[in-house]
Amino acid sequence: MIKLTIDGISTRASKGTTVLEAAREMGIIIPTLCYDPGLSSYGACRVCIIEVVKGDRSSLEASCALPVTEGQVIITNSEKVKKARKMIVELLIASCPNSKTLQDMASNIGINKIRFKIKDKKCILCGLCVRYCKEQMQSGGIGFVGRGTSREVATAFGVTPEECRNCGGCEWICPVCEQACSAGNLIDGLCGGCLNLTPVETCSVCTKCSESVGAKGHKVY
Amino acid sequence: MKKLKAPAELIELRERILSQRDQDKLCIVTSVGTCGLACGAGEVAEAIQHEVQKNGLQKRVDIRTTGCHGFCEIEPVVVIYPERILYQHVTPDDVPEIIAESTIKRKVVGRLLYTDLTTGKKIIHEQDIPFFSKQKRLLLDTNRLIDPHKIEDYIAIGGYSALTKALLEMKPEQIIEEIKKSGLRGRGGGGFPTGRKWESCRNAPAPDGIRYVICNADEGDPGAYMDRSLLEGNPHSVIEGMIVGAYAIGSHYGYVYVRHEYPFAVKNLNIALEQAREYGLLGKNILGSDFDFDIKISRGGGAFICGESTALMASLEGKIGEPRPKHVHTVVSGLYGKPTNLNNVETWANVPLMINRGAKWYSQIGTEGSKGTKIFSLVGKINNTGLVEVPMGIMLREIIYKIGGGIPGSKKFKAVQTGGPSGGCIPESLLDTPVDFDRLAKVGSMMGSGGMIVMDETTCMVDVAKYFTKFLTEESCGKCVPCREGLDRMLDILTDITEGRGKEEDIELLKELGEIIDETSLCALGGTAPNPVLSTIRYFADEYQAHIKDKHCPAGVCKELINFTINEEKCTGCVLCAKVCPQEAISGEKKKPHKIDQEKCIKCGLCRDNCRFEAVIVT
Amino acid sequence: MKNDCEKVEAIVGKYGSSRDSLISILQDIQFEYHYLPEEALRLVARLLDLPPIQVYGVATFFKAFSLEPKGEHIVSVCLGTACHVRNTPAILDEIKRELGIKPGDTTEDMQFSLETVNCLGACALGPVIVIDGKYYGEMSAGKVKKVLRRLKEK
Repeated sequence: MIKLTIDGISTRASKGTTVLEAAREMGIIIPTLCYDPGLSSYGACRVCIIEVVKGDRSSLEASCALPVTEGQVIITNSEKVKKARKMIVELLIASCPNSKTLQDMASNIGINKIRFKIKDKKCILCGLCVRYCKEQMQSGGIGFVGRGTSREVATAFGVTPEECRNCGGCEWICPVCEQACSAGNLIDGLCGGCLNLTPVETCSVCTKCSESVGAKGHKVY
Repeated sequence: MKKLKAPAELIELRERILSQRDQDKLCIVTSVGTCGLACGAGEVAEAIQHEVQKNGLQKRVDIRTTGCHGFCEIEPVVVIYPERILYQHVTPDDVPEIIAESTIKRKVVGRLLYTDLTTGKKIIHEQDIPFFSKQKRLLLDTNRLIDPHKIEDYIAIGGYSALTKALLEMKPEQIIEEIKKSGLRGRGGGGFPTGRKWESCRNAPAPDGIRYVICNADEGDPGAYMDRSLLEGNPHSVIEGMIVGAYAIGSHYGYVYVRHEYPFAVKNLNIALEQAREYGLLGKNILGSDFDFDIKISRGGGAFICGESTALMASLEGKIGEPRPKHVHTVVSGLYGKPTNLNNVETWANVPLMINRGAKWYSQIGTEGSKGTKIFSLVGKINNTGLVEVPMGIMLREIIYKIGGGIPGSKKFKAVQTGGPSGGCIPESLLDTPVDFDRLAKVGSMMGSGGMIVMDETTCMVDVAKYFTKFLTEESCGKCVPCREGLDRMLDILTDITEGRGKEEDIELLKELGEIIDETSLCALGGTAPNPVLSTIRYFADEYQAHIKDKHCPAGVCKELINFTINEEKCTGCVLCAKVCPQEAISGEKKKPHKIDQEKCIKCGLCRDNCRFEAVIVT
Repeated sequence: MKNDCEKVEAIVGKYGSSRDSLISILQDIQFEYHYLPEEALRLVARLLDLPPIQVYGVATFFKAFSLEPKGEHIVSVCLGTACHVRNTPAILDEIKRELGIKPGDTTEDMQFSLETVNCLGACALGPVIVIDGKYYGEMSAGKVKKVLRRLKEK
């Protein structure tokens, strides 16, 4: 067992556990977006960042991908963490404003304004759908295409892949289109916490990958 | 070529090669690196070959083609040995005269000699030219002595003697101790102590005995081409370094990952590897020992991120260049999950030098924290563009003025950018900063791989920040949010500023974004990406203010913030500008002052470039 | 078509049908056809037993690859820092005007393709452009206009 300290409390975790999992065991909830306990961790969204203290210096690391090590000192909710997380969520909303999950997160961490121009990509590139298709369904029908700001989730050559099992798992696991807010009444990029759970019309990242969903779009969970 | 089955055979071979060579024989050397070829050195080399044959001089004159000598500004370069008479800007038409004067009459062709910028005097000998004499060319000097397609040239100057010493006289642990004692630090940008890296890799558990050594020749920093020059001009120095390193670490498999844009480097490296294998310097039982090692070349696909070690390894495995967090270091688990030691081209090239001359000698060069020499590509607004090799600790001012010859056109120095897109801009007030890893970092920049770009009063620093940020948004792999989204937003703000839409709060927002992108990015590309922006805000805040408050670009670069007008007093009415203007925005009769229609003007600058009377003013 | 299948199979075979060599395989196909045809990529995926999206993902990640056929003449503009401070943007604008396309595109008559490169390593000659493997140094907007017009006339 490895001994470490999280938020001032000593705890123990077995080798191979991540800091995120160790914190959850203690009841400390660190927000995440691209993490799912059933899939490999990816460490892309950076929402789950925590502070790792080493002497008089510290660094921010993604807790979902950080293995526990002996003597680690972790702070999950310092000012440094909160400030960084606010900016990450602000950046995400600027590129995907119509997501109830993100808007709720913004309210929770106290974001008052989105200072960046809204460029709606309808996707946060968390890769959950890609990993679900590959790891859970062993299919590999969708994946990441391109790089940088042109990176997107798509199918090969933009057509329905043979590998697609029509399982709908990619839509089910998506954290931003799952409970999509299509209020269209954003003020400064923020929705102000309405209870509108109207599903989106169609999933914009996929090309007719799943016929089970039908013309209207997603089911609401 | 016969396989060498023992170190003694290599020594014999060397003696044989040397005995067949005459140091005093006339030899005409042409430098044909990529930069030389780009300005016609290939045609010059062919002309020399042709002229020598035509005059039946083959027995009296040797001809050699080499890699880049480093003084790119004066290419194509031809050097006559043994006197080392240097001719600059040579064209095929000059060749008959060179051959006639040098071979038959043993005289100098005055008009082709280099002219010193400060004294105005002509200099005959290569070694007397200040650009060369003020450097400490431990690595680069060899380029002029060898034809990279002939391993015998390398062997003749003592090549592979470090390998002999390592295999015969030293144990792997001893080699690692020597590298540690020398203080050699990685030359790719990270500056990690090389000896420690080798030691960690050697000590990392490898149950199946597999460890890898990799040479990172991805050299993605725009403006940096030191590694290209070493690989093209002296590939064996890198190969020898890798064999010694592999022996010390306990690895039998090596890779050289060369960026897609360097076809000549790949070609020369391939030839060198083949020849090394033929001589038994690579492959099974190297020099008759029980050490096996071979090297494969892998070409990059055009992605800057693949210069990052974990992205490079992913690319070697046939995957996209997505970095991974380094909680477990690559020396423990790297390529295919095995212990992997990755070093830069220049780092590997330093190894044979260090093994031959010893750690004590090496550690006397440089500063306390940064030993040895470093090769920089000195480019941009500088008179003597080229590759310079200097001891660590030399002042920036000396590199730019004494070696670089200062700024062309008597323009004023503004800043020097080091470290590529991960580095920062250093202003005039800090020119007395010594060049070393720690001190460059202290002033907000970094050593990086060695790119050194000089900027003058006509360079807009906000535009430079925008340029680097744009480069990084295109090269980002796109995995993590702060780098992908954050840099894109920084670019939006910088574009607004350069196009006259800047707001007061933009500077603070850029700083905040920069700080968080630095702290939360997954890899070093994102982690260092804000440096160009933050360093220009730190040292050139007044330029940012001019763009934001006054909607004006002091350097005259940002198109939306400048105006092209014609100075009626200087204009002679030659009509040339009106002819070249793509928008037909210039009106005026012959011999009468012309006028630019501001509504039509697209600020392309063609009028200014073509005017022979400096009558076009930019405000 | 059968000829092409054999060519692609030979390339894959040359690398031992190894998945690690995917990038090298794609480079050889790009060299052969001057772009990566869809049929070739799908065949490579089959031969390497990979889902097509993985091959497609690699093909779209690296700038060396093109999924669209290239033009007769490839014009590459160096966007390195040294060239940038010597005013490459003005040259790129002139090329865009002269050819009517932006970087990454090909002219409708399939004569010219425009690309940008992040530093060719010939900084002393900056600004540098390369057309069909030939280097043109110390370029300006005026000079590049002349070079392109000459090529168009051919």
